[in-house]
Amino acid sequence: MTVTDERTGAAAPVSTTPLLEVRDLHVEFHTRDGVARAVNGVDYSVNAGETLAVLGESGSGKSVTAQTIMGILDMPPGRITQGEILFHGQDMLTMSAEQRRKIRGRKIAMIFQDALSSLNPVLSVGYQLGEMFRVHQGMSRKQARAKSIELMDRVRIPAAKERIGDYPHQFSGGMRQRIMIAMALALEPELIIADEPTTALDVTVQAQVMDLLAELQREYNMGLILITHDLGVVADVADKIAVMYAGRIVETSPVHDIYARPAHPYTKGLLRSIPRLDQKGQELYAIKGLPPNLTRIPGGCAFHPRCPMAQDVCATDVPLLHPVGAERGSACHFWKETIGD
Amino acid sequence: MTEPLTREPASRKPILQVRNLVKHFPLTRGILFKKEIGAVKAVDGISFDLYAGETLGIVGESGCGKSTVAKLLMNLEQATSGEVFYKGEDITRLSGRALKAVRRNIQMVFQDPYTSLNPRMTVGDIIGEPFDIHPEVAPKGDRRARVRELLDVVGLNPEYINRYPHQFSGGQRQRIGIARGLALNPEIIICDEPVSALDVSVQAQVVNLMEKLQDEFGLSYVFIAHDLSIVRHISDRVGVMYLGRMAEIGTDTEIYEHPTHPYTQALLSAVPVPDPQARERRERIILTGDVPSPANPPSGCRFRTRCWKAEERCAQETPLLAVPSVFAGSDSPAAHESACHFAAEKDVVGSASVDAA
Ligand SMILES: Nc1ncnc2c1ncn2[C@@H]1O[C@H](COP(=O)(O)OP(=O)(O)OP(=O)(O)O)[C@@H](O)[C@H]1O
Ligand SMILES: Nc1ncnc2c1ncn2[C@@H]1O[C@H](COP(=O)(O)OP(=O)(O)OP(=O)(O)O)[C@@H](O)[C@H]1O
Ligand code: SF4
Ligand code: SF4
Ligand SMILES: [Mg+2]
Ligand SMILES: [Mg+2]
Repeated sequence: MTVTDERTGAAAPVSTTPLLEVRDLHVEFHTRDGVARAVNGVDYSVNAGETLAVLGESGSGKSVTAQTIMGILDMPPGRITQGEILFHGQDMLTMSAEQRRKIRGRKIAMIFQDALSSLNPVLSVGYQLGEMFRVHQGMSRKQARAKSIELMDRVRIPAAKERIGDYPHQFSGGMRQRIMIAMALALEPELIIADEPTTALDVTVQAQVMDLLAELQREYNMGLILITHDLGVVADVADKIAVMYAGRIVETSPVHDIYARPAHPYTKGLLRSIPRLDQKGQELYAIKGLPPNLTRIPGGCAFHPRCPMAQDVCATDVPLLHPVGAERGSACHFWKETIGD
Repeated sequence: MTEPLTREPASRKPILQVRNLVKHFPLTRGILFKKEIGAVKAVDGISFDLYAGETLGIVGESGCGKSTVAKLLMNLEQATSGEVFYKGEDITRLSGRALKAVRRNIQMVFQDPYTSLNPRMTVGDIIGEPFDIHPEVAPKGDRRARVRELLDVVGLNPEYINRYPHQFSGGQRQRIGIARGLALNPEIIICDEPVSALDVSVQAQVVNLMEKLQDEFGLSYVFIAHDLSIVRHISDRVGVMYLGRMAEIGTDTEIYEHPTHPYTQALLSAVPVPDPQARERRERIILTGDVPSPANPPSGCRFRTRCWKAEERCAQETPLLAVPSVFAGSDSPAAHESACHFAAEKDVVGSASVDAA
């Protein structure tokens, strides 16, 4: 395999094993209403220095996949029934707990959507940052403090020295999200998983935070998995995209191709529902129907009850991820027709 | 229900006129002897008109006072000062029966379809609840039939009348909220982030429904949202708020294509554009610094601590919301109300490329 990304050109590091690769992951939850199949065979991978955006509607399994990678899945009710999560080619699901601990939190870090609830309200921001260095690297209080100030500077918290004793509620939403980024960066991880890092923020603050994240990623050559449902943010920062529906990847593609020529009817529907200027005064395009109930996912293609292109075969045969050119894939029987019109 | 609207503002009647509306929340200290130590100036002098049959969008950063404005229009909060005229009558001064009569005509749809519906009530009871307060709209015997009709209007199966909110998806719950808002045949619906919690695909369904109902019943909407592309799609006019004040207001074209206030320009340039081709072409204005606290807003122009054009004058003199003198008498789309001493057009590349698809 010598797949080089043409857009990122020579700068993209060529490596045969991806930094992280998820293979055929299955996760289910045992609930009162039955078994909810939240993740049903997810495959995706990300290289160093690369940004993979994971897109999909609420409940499609984006966060559950991320939680499984980080080892923070609620078990029970959650259960991993199948699959591999390879970090530098090594399966984290089968390695020893000791080995796993060395990777999670250190080499892979996560940024959560809601910064306020993931920070401890009764501890100062500086203390929580410093804890990373004290616990993981055995630094003294003084060293940890100096490191924390450096990090706060790096994520552009003004007057870091003075504000290190402040509590989370004394920071604005954007500043708190920057503190979360600082914490994720503290141990210089190789991969960051950001789960809706800017959804709770305003556009102006969102722009600040996304810029910062992109800059730091470049500086450290980190891999970044960005989970979001904002098609605008994705277009701004992603190298490649994985679109999820009902716990599966239905389309994967470099960012440019997918916006211009989606190869899956669900992706196409998503892109078409964005309001555009020339449609003012007209009805917005809307994907009909409702997201599937995960305890009773439709047979065949899970999207078939809502798909405008569905044929009889769609209700019976599960579409595999068909290759669409060298770097793309679409889990649709009729991907050719989809991309064509 | 209403006569067809012409697009000429002169021939349109304002149904709601908001004048110098102010809401200060007192900041107190002490438990036994509460001492007032200041105030959060959530809304600090806002004026605008809402015309019959139109949609006025309101955008602005979190905490700038959008929801407070909505509550003031509904009279759910007591204004500190200022007036809200509904058909010429100041509703901030009404109480008792007179207020009740007005309330019937102004309804609200809330942001969060997950928490704004009482989980213990059936959908039928939720939608029919306004009839308890206004029995004249639907006499007891007619209520179930009226609720079924409302369910049908918002595209829900009337058979669902006895179900509970948790049995519905987010988009369906938002439809229930809209059905309740319609129950009393209001003229105005104040929508506070009605689709923000929904997925793109479901969002489109709800927006389409709202537009359909507007045409059908001649409703006027105040549509609060932070998604600028949705606001543009649905609005006839748009007001941009910053820290308790209105920075700029105009038709959707005036605001989106010819903004003259630096804050609007920054806001539009920061909107992520769903087109990777635009990445390189875009010229974004990244604002530095954080939004100041509404308890202690900057003097003069509220935006001056983050404005790249700020000068001495901006700290001393509060810019008024009016057509800037440089554009006075011009028929250019830049000639609309903007509260900036140095109002000027700036080409915001990012916003222009939304339509380039
Ligand atoms: N602890 C849990 N117990 C039971 N079900 C769960 C649990 N966590 C997640 N689920 C279910 O798994 C499914 C996938 O959830 P997930 O959080 O991955 O969605 P998502 O794609 O991240 O959506 P969103 O965009 O809303 O964050 C959902 O139906 C959810 O209800
Ligand atoms: N009951 C209250 N008591 C004190 N302060 C309040 C109260 N309600 C709102 N505020 C403050 O008033 C300001 C404006 O709040 P508001 O909810 O109107 O903002 P918003 O523009 O709707 O924001 P968002 O986009 O986050 O919903 C905020 O600083 C808020 O903290
Ligand atoms: S497989 Fe059939 S139902 Fe599924 S997306 Fe393709 S056309 Fe639609
Ligand atoms: S009045 Fe001054 S500070 Fe305010 S927006 Fe205009 S130039 Fe900027
Ligand atoms: Mg999630
Ligand atoms: Mg609000």
